[in-house]
Amino acid sequence: MIDVIIIGGGIAGMEAACTLHDFGFEIIILEKDKHLGGHLQNWDTLFPTKRNASEVLDHYVKEVQKRSITVYLNTDVTSVTKQDNGSFEINTSREVVFKCKTVLMTTGYDLFNAERKEEYGYKIYDNVITSADLEKLLQTNKGELRSPSGNPIKSVAFVHCVGSRDEKSGNHYCSNVCCVTGVKQAIKMRQLLPEAQVFNFYMDLRMYGAGFEEMYREAQEVWRVQFIRGRLSEVAETIDKRLQVKAEDTLSARPLRMHVDLLVLLVGMEASKATGDFAQSCNLACAQNRFVETADFHIASNKTNVEGLFTAGCAIAPLSVFDTVNHAKAAALTVKEHLRLNN
Amino acid sequence: MNKFGFTTAKSRVIEYDNMHNKLLDYIIENEPSFSACLSCGSCTATCSAANLTNFNIRRLNIQIRHGELDGIRQEIDKCMLCGKCLLVCPRGINTRNAIMLMKKGLVSLELDN
Repeated sequence: MIDVIIIGGGIAGMEAACTLHDFGFEIIILEKDKHLGGHLQNWDTLFPTKRNASEVLDHYVKEVQKRSITVYLNTDVTSVTKQDNGSFEINTSREVVFKCKTVLMTTGYDLFNAERKEEYGYKIYDNVITSADLEKLLQTNKGELRSPSGNPIKSVAFVHCVGSRDEKSGNHYCSNVCCVTGVKQAIKMRQLLPEAQVFNFYMDLRMYGAGFEEMYREAQEVWRVQFIRGRLSEVAETIDKRLQVKAEDTLSARPLRMHVDLLVLLVGMEASKATGDFAQSCNLACAQNRFVETADFHIASNKTNVEGLFTAGCAIAPLSVFDTVNHAKAAALTVKEHLRLNN
Repeated sequence: MNKFGFTTAKSRVIEYDNMHNKLLDYIIENEPSFSACLSCGSCTATCSAANLTNFNIRRLNIQIRHGELDGIRQEIDKCMLCGKCLLVCPRGINTRNAIMLMKKGLVSLELDN
């Protein structure tokens, strides 16, 4: 019987697969997409180093290939059921039923659908895009960067906390990485468009990680990104496809108004729909925020309420690449310990 | 003679389009740390002048960022240049130098009013 089946071939899944393989276990990765890598495939650069995301992605894909780890692509997991002997059966979109001793869920997250914040005009106005769209744009863009409607960009505004810390979208939690992504992207825009003004509308700026605060200060001092404390109330399009935004400058307690050529919504993370789809089949406990609930947040954050079913990465909460990779490595150790005790 | 007709209140809205920021550019060019302000307010909390007047150096930073220079000369004159603000600033902004640059800039850029 297979030792570990890993559901999800993003960086968490790949990292854990390589470590577990090196411990001598037999591994299978099930991935719903046609490639390994998850969301990382769509990112241009990574904070705080601003390196190319493809360097990290290529590293992990190569490591998986080097070890000849079995990967099933285009495979949707439909149910995970625990057997009386403690093993698991996994049903997927394929005909074969997978059997294994333990399961590691690295099912990641979904991006918040910005259309739900209708007042910001995503998919209504041409020049409102999300932070994920901007990464895609930066990945593929050659030559001068223009707004989706083809206009030159003289001013850009970023909106923080879109779909995060917002009861109106049903997500009360903070998505962790959008603040620093906003700073990273603001710097990038100033580098690409030295004549453009860049504004970041924030509620709080949460620069929690190593090197984040330094990058924030770099944005202020070197790149003169203008940080405005206030949340946008609404966006309207002008006849020339520019966007009028309204907010309160809460530090001076007055309303403000400006026109920008491009509006970028920093979208947060939500628990992956795939997780919810099969969580019920194995009675997996999820927290109020719909992410997987860990057995003990501090001392067993890779364990779940189901013995033999482990988790790592953004399945438990919004995490950065740094945190995801470390959590996945920890998961490999936790799974190893479990297999040692139960064999 | 009384003037007749309607008057409208001056808008309180901060208009970012076509904002002129010559004084801000001048200060930042000579004291780049001025742009690192987080509006924490520790400068104003320790300010001797703020104990006695409505002088507010934190607010001054924001006003200058907005290019609003009406009456700021009189505001700056309330500062006694004691420098306590620069001792407490968590971002190490040379606030006293910023005040001096405001004074110089208003004169040299002919923005004084």
